[in-house]
Amino acid sequence: MKPILLGNNQQRNHLKDALFQKMTYVNGQAKEQPETRMPREDKITQDSKNRSDSSFDDAPLTDGHKADETLHQSITFDETVSLTLECGEVLSPFTIAYETYGTLNADKSNAILVCHALTGDQYAASTHPLTGKAGWWEVLIGPGKPIDTEKYYIICPNVIGGCMGSTGPASINPATKMAYGLDFPVITIGDMVRAQLHLIDHLGIDQLFCAIGGSMGGMQVLEWAAKNTERVFAAIPVATAARHSSQNIAFHEVGRQAVMADPDWQGGRYMELGTNPRKGLAVARMAAHITYLSDEALHSKFGRNLQERDAITFGFDADFQVESYLRHQGFRFVDRFDANSYLYITRAMDYFDLFSEHGGILANAFKDTQTRFCVVSFTSDWLFPTRESRQIVHALTANAANVSFVNIETDRGHDAFLLDEPEMYSAIDGFIKAAARQKGLEKVL
Amino acid sequence: MAIEDNPTPPRKPRQDHLIIQSMIHPGARVLDIGCGDGALLELLRESRNIDGRGIEISQKNVNQSVARGLSVIQGDADHDLVNYPDASFDYALLSLTIQATKNPRTVLEQLLRIGEHAIVSFPNFGHWLIRWQLLALGRMPVTDKLPEQWYDTPNIHFCTIRDFVTLCEEIDAVVEHALAINRKGEPLNASTPLFIQNLVGREAVFMLTKNKSKT
Repeated sequence: MKPILLGNNQQRNHLKDALFQKMTYVNGQAKEQPETRMPREDKITQDSKNRSDSSFDDAPLTDGHKADETLHQSITFDETVSLTLECGEVLSPFTIAYETYGTLNADKSNAILVCHALTGDQYAASTHPLTGKAGWWEVLIGPGKPIDTEKYYIICPNVIGGCMGSTGPASINPATKMAYGLDFPVITIGDMVRAQLHLIDHLGIDQLFCAIGGSMGGMQVLEWAAKNTERVFAAIPVATAARHSSQNIAFHEVGRQAVMADPDWQGGRYMELGTNPRKGLAVARMAAHITYLSDEALHSKFGRNLQERDAITFGFDADFQVESYLRHQGFRFVDRFDANSYLYITRAMDYFDLFSEHGGILANAFKDTQTRFCVVSFTSDWLFPTRESRQIVHALTANAANVSFVNIETDRGHDAFLLDEPEMYSAIDGFIKAAARQKGLEKVL
Repeated sequence: MAIEDNPTPPRKPRQDHLIIQSMIHPGARVLDIGCGDGALLELLRESRNIDGRGIEISQKNVNQSVARGLSVIQGDADHDLVNYPDASFDYALLSLTIQATKNPRTVLEQLLRIGEHAIVSFPNFGHWLIRWQLLALGRMPVTDKLPEQWYDTPNIHFCTIRDFVTLCEEIDAVVEHALAINRKGEPLNASTPLFIQNLVGREAVFMLTKNKSKT
């Protein structure tokens, strides 16, 4: 490909086509042809109260994987359970799709809530119905693991605003019988948590033994503990912050603008118009993905290595492995995520600020907290740096709260919380076991 | 991945830890500042069923302590005590740490603010062996308990038992208990004169409280 000048439309389109050519990321393992369809209203229908959603079963899988036997559960709350959002609007009816693992004990005291991150979903420890991939936190959740499916009842809900079965902008607006699109109200982390509270009530659980989550999941954990301390015995906010930083809002804005700059976004009405802002969403994902890694990690993984070629091509193909990798990440993402959901959920994170809600003093958010905490951060995480976890720790110690704080030495950046980090594993394991003893769930010391 | 249930072998408790243990009532709320590998917190959890917290400067020690189920945060006595509310613990402990702080006086005042009682143990720089090394050899003392050379020791504010008593008076702290430990690790008789304690005490353990009549 010859170098081209920007400014010529034809050439620019050519450049875009080159950028978004179907590609495979080859690094010794993953080879996956992106699907061209979106998981949207046709696949994820709102389920009724029978809590057994089989609509995922016929979802296409990328390779030979078969969906596992897990029940894909969801609960729809009708107008008798209204959810008043922070923006003032009422969301009704609303559905929460969720996965559970393990068994709830007789006194319903062994429930662990797992909160997912921005682009995560409820498939924390079960095969994803669209990608066929293993659950995103199977490193921590499973038999004999820190979040032990043999001891605990684990609940992982899809957040409202999401696109994997919980009510979000891709859901049908009962008023118009069409997808909400931008008519969906702007939601907050607090709204997500209040919706989850309805789910926990519905399951008859008075107090969660533990709430755990990373990144945006950690924000939900903090929100749970700050607003409902009596309902959370132990909280593990991982790689998170009590407010979204200016830099992070800036990155999110880049992502949103990328989506909205895609003509196929159509002012958010792409669903009824039969388009899909794949390119915009892929660029958003590419930019965001950089923030999940670290300079060291990118350097050690890719360096300046070339992608399946011996020399640079003096063009705009993916000469470098890191480019190919990012394009792959972007492409893989748009097959499982809704562009409008991306706008709404990034906004929810931007609005999260436990400081300002308490007169600028975070300690007031945790006044008289009864919850025990284990705060976890990672040394190379520049999206949610250690100092922001330390702010949470200081706010908790100002209340003489029971808090542990581990900062894990790693070069894997923000993404470390999803990876096999032995020190994270052992710290969370030790904390949960000690909390279980305190709650009387585990008699042996 | 294999995580051992008990990564640390059973250890013989430190003598000053046993003395501190004897001072603490069951079920107490305890903050251990400079808790190291968590040995004292674990001892008190097992024997006194305390509600214990720790602050430790070494992240490695912190992570290992949390993995053992202790509530420990990374931080240090000079910076992080200001965050704690008044009288939030029954006991604030500082075992063999005060000599490594930048501002021992401020730290001690913080301890008395945070804890109903402050328990402080420290190496006694007035011990005869240390005096002898300075006097006879003209060298900075190096002992089995203080093995570092002057240029690489973390201990920057040594004091003698007498110095410590003077500081307590200056900050208006009431000495509730004071014990010196000899080289064999045995506590000296409480009636031993101060100058003897200051000579043969290798370490000392003090329990202090704020002089409430003046506040």
